Amino acid sequence: MEKLALQSWIEEAAVNELPFGRYCLQLQATEMELDQKVLLKRMQEYLAVMRDAIDYGLTGVRSTSGLVGGNGLRLHNWHTIEKNENRILGPLTAKAAAYALAANEANAAMGRICAAPTAGSSGVLPAVLFSIAEERATTQENLALALISAGAIGMVIASRASLSGAEGGCQAECGSAAAMAAGAAVDLLGGTPVQVGHAVALALKNLLGLVCDPVAGLVEVPCVKRNAGATMIALLAADMALSGIESVIPVDEVIDAMAAVGRSIPDALRETGHGGLAATPTGQECAERIFGGQNRLNN
Amino acid sequence: MNLFDVIGPIMIGPSSSHTAGAVRLGRLALALLGESVRDADIGLHGSFASTGRGHGTDRALVAGLMGWDTDDSRIPHSFEFAAKAGLTFHFETVCLGDDAHPNTVVFALKGKSEGVLRLTGCSVGGGRIKITELNGFPLELTGEFSALITLHHDRPGVIHSVTGVLASRTVNVAEMRVSRRKKGSTAVMVIDVDGTVPQEVVDAVACLPQIIAVRRLNPVVV
Repeated sequence: MEKLALQSWIEEAAVNELPFGRYCLQLQATEMELDQKVLLKRMQEYLAVMRDAIDYGLTGVRSTSGLVGGNGLRLHNWHTIEKNENRILGPLTAKAAAYALAANEANAAMGRICAAPTAGSSGVLPAVLFSIAEERATTQENLALALISAGAIGMVIASRASLSGAEGGCQAECGSAAAMAAGAAVDLLGGTPVQVGHAVALALKNLLGLVCDPVAGLVEVPCVKRNAGATMIALLAADMALSGIESVIPVDEVIDAMAAVGRSIPDALRETGHGGLAATPTGQECAERIFGGQNRLNN
Repeated sequence: MNLFDVIGPIMIGPSSSHTAGAVRLGRLALALLGESVRDADIGLHGSFASTGRGHGTDRALVAGLMGWDTDDSRIPHSFEFAAKAGLTFHFETVCLGDDAHPNTVVFALKGKSEGVLRLTGCSVGGGRIKITELNGFPLELTGEFSALITLHHDRPGVIHSVTGVLASRTVNVAEMRVSRRKKGSTAVMVIDVDGTVPQEVVDAVACLPQIIAVRRLNPVVV
């Protein structure tokens, strides 16, 4: 696969005095021989699916295994309905955290979702994009452009590292989702292409080394709650970048570091369900309860 | 690679590799069989076998065999629909060794008009898939392109005559691969093309000498 460089896209966008999302739209429309309007419309369809996934999750759905569900709704209610003075997160971040849980709970419950970049990490982008869209003034088109920014960032990560937990650990899924969302958030809030790059680097750096250790091998524990964590890191990284904070390590080097770290993660911690949280007594008990000691398939 | 390799697919959860990829493997198997499936023996290897049930891999594969897409809301209930459609299936765990991809499936299918197909494929991440063996022939098929697939006698000029048909209808070849069991026996050719393969191309290729069977595939990964 051809190795892409985020830095070169950032520089070209800056030279052409285009926001990062707008530049990526032009680039991808040309590359795919598609009209820009068609591409934007497709993104809006994806956004609609993301929004529906949040809403489906907020109904409190549970997964077939019963391990996860209902927590997006719980956090959302705690922040919006119940009277309490112990809330820590502000309105935007609280909404984002609840949305991330809800969208990924929808996924675990075999709901309809948009993989971004994967199903296991599909809560992060909806959470970041829709919490900002609802709490700040943004347009549908800017939201679609932000999603294109996210996609472009993901392409670079896929080409230099990986988007698969089985290959690179959770840093490749939730880490990549956070990096994509951080860059998208900066673009959505009017940041420069250079700030997009720093946001990506800052988010990824904070999730470097995160292992993929799903209990019973299912995309449930700890995936759902990690989507919420990755969402918080994405928002923090975007905020830092927008304030002018820079990543000391350039973004493409951070992505290469993620690839190298991924290669050195042992098999037990790359989506096999054999290490980390999956190997804890409670994790194994869950697996035993769900599969009854053997993973026999239905007939 | 483009944007849609990273954003999307729209799919039924929970796993792009174990659910969406599984649907696509089933769909490709159905397309290669070329008729409705009557009976399916489905062998699951590695992670497909060990975590498949919790991921709905089993339901997803059966959904694919009925031609459904990755975002079809009926996927969690595909077994019930299969029963109504007269599609019988059973699953078993297979061990294909360390070299096989952890998410590998082996289909042995029988069609309603008694066509048979044996297919090995794997789900390589993010919903992307790869067919690695068709009726004993090694081959590589990702479902990302429209493709023309031929089973033919291994004789000089067959490739020329097939690509000639494509050229005469101005269909551009993106990539192609040929494999055979042994010299002079039968061979399989996969031709990925840009755009789509018109029906008239399929008909014309089917009439060529030395061609045993021909199939047209639409992309399942878009």
